[in-house]
Amino acid sequence: MTLLNPTWTALLYLAAAACFILALKGLNSPRTARRGNLIGALGALVAVVTVFLSVKLDNIPWILGAIAVGSGVAAPVARRVQMTQMPQLVALFNGVGGGAAALVALLELSHTDEPWVRLAIVFTLLVGAVSFAGSGVTFAKLQGLMTTRPVTFPGLPVLMAVVLLAAVGAGVVVILNGSLVLALVLLVLGLVAGILLVLPVGGADVPIVISLLNAFTGLAVAASGLVLGNVLLLVAGTLVGASGTILTRAMAAAMGRSVAGIMFGAFKGGSTAGSTAVSERPVRSSSAEDVAVLLGYAQRVIIVPGYGLAVAQGQHTAAELASALKARGIEVDFAIHPVAGRMPGHMNVLLAEANVPYESLKEMGEINSEFKTADVALVVGANDVVNPAAKTTSGSPIYGMPILEVADARQVVFLKRSMRPGFAGIENELLYEPQTTLLFGDAKDSLTKVLGAVKGL
Amino acid sequence: MDGMSLLTITVLAVFVGFEVVSKVSSTLHTPLMSGANAIHGIILVGAIIVAGQAADPWVLAVALLAVVLATANLVGGFVVTDRMLEMFRGRQRPPSNVGAGSPGSTGSPGSGGSPGSGGGTTRDAAAKERRP
Repeated sequence: MTLLNPTWTALLYLAAAACFILALKGLNSPRTARRGNLIGALGALVAVVTVFLSVKLDNIPWILGAIAVGSGVAAPVARRVQMTQMPQLVALFNGVGGGAAALVALLELSHTDEPWVRLAIVFTLLVGAVSFAGSGVTFAKLQGLMTTRPVTFPGLPVLMAVVLLAAVGAGVVVILNGSLVLALVLLVLGLVAGILLVLPVGGADVPIVISLLNAFTGLAVAASGLVLGNVLLLVAGTLVGASGTILTRAMAAAMGRSVAGIMFGAFKGGSTAGSTAVSERPVRSSSAEDVAVLLGYAQRVIIVPGYGLAVAQGQHTAAELASALKARGIEVDFAIHPVAGRMPGHMNVLLAEANVPYESLKEMGEINSEFKTADVALVVGANDVVNPAAKTTSGSPIYGMPILEVADARQVVFLKRSMRPGFAGIENELLYEPQTTLLFGDAKDSLTKVLGAVKGL
Repeated sequence: MDGMSLLTITVLAVFVGFEVVSKVSSTLHTPLMSGANAIHGIILVGAIIVAGQAADPWVLAVALLAVVLATANLVGGFVVTDRMLEMFRGRQRPPSNVGAGSPGSTGSPGSGGSPGSGGGTTRDAAAKERRP
């Protein structure tokens, strides 16, 4: 017995779909973003309640138990995760969504003999599996479970082609005769394809791949809507697929890359990342006290925060250092590269968490011309986003990416853990320039020492 | 629903999807991606339908796994997006209120000690006070 007739069901699903559109719209502006997200959650709640009231369901205690397990695991993790680990958590959630879509499609195979429904099943299986496995690899890369460098081997393009051809073959057979065994084969091929797709992507491109896989999962969900004849899944999945595609392109554009270049660059063998050895040239390393003197007697300091700051959880110390310098009458700004941190906009989140005033956070276009007037550019745990190779070395993996022009400042101070190259795996010539000073150590420790020394001036 | 209506809905949804995110600033790319990520967790609806119609224990087991995964995507996605945006609200002070921002900056070492959910609620309250 069901409580809702098909008309009410359709109306409630329509309301949920409208909520999702309003949610995406709200997320366009900082003012409405949080409300937008809540509207999206409300839409999801309406949809889930509707399905319980409109479809005759068995196993309801089991289903409720599974929902309790899923929320019981995900909500606390999402609540407690460090801000710095957020990118990989988003990747993980995206992957499990793709996995869920693939499983739903797999189970629906025995319920249909229509070829076009089977086509939608094949699509969902393959794309869902690619998203699941691909997101798993991006998670492992960002979590440091494996190397963040691009992983390539000579037979990779051939292997990828073989896997895709086999997947197409298996897919055609599944569409023709609905074979469950071949559907499982297809699932495995999708997993392999997902791994092969993401392995060669490295450096700062990983967030763009997360966004792309996010769009993939959206498409898989849309196709599963066709499989189940559920319009809400179709609309929600299509919305995410379409907006995710645009977002992926926008993210790539912010880094001066193209999506195709990121996904297939490594296949063409053009990637040079990770091939450069650390050279033995001399650099000028210095003590925290020296850095404090440089900063404390400057008129204008621009702090350039990067991923190293985020990893070391140093955003609060950086904010304190900025306040201490301002208390000495020094003009202090933070220069935020669009992809500083490890995801676009990530650094804004971290510094806002540390209560750095909004007016001090300057976007790249706004601050780049001001480095000329700065006495000191303090680069904390950033490397690729200030690497002049992006402008000068056409073979470099970051060539074409817009950078912060720290080299224009009178003095450049790098707080770095070591001489190891950054995420993209290339050396930074700026480290060897005469105006550059280095202070080695964990970003937070170094900042704490510099802060102490500044206070003692 | 017939194929033509489904196609119409799909094409219109594609255009809406393109349109709603076409002018977003790079600052909001991460929360937007995370919010869209939460929305496709609505595959939970499909997983519930499949689990509710499962007769075979194996089918039920796989369907319940799908329910768990989809719930994690949906609930975790919205929660993590909300946490990101909590941070943004703190910085959305109008410039005229710079003075009112100073209690926030003195509070920063405290919230640094506990970046968990407790810090979120105090910041939330502070943000509410600051609103005109």
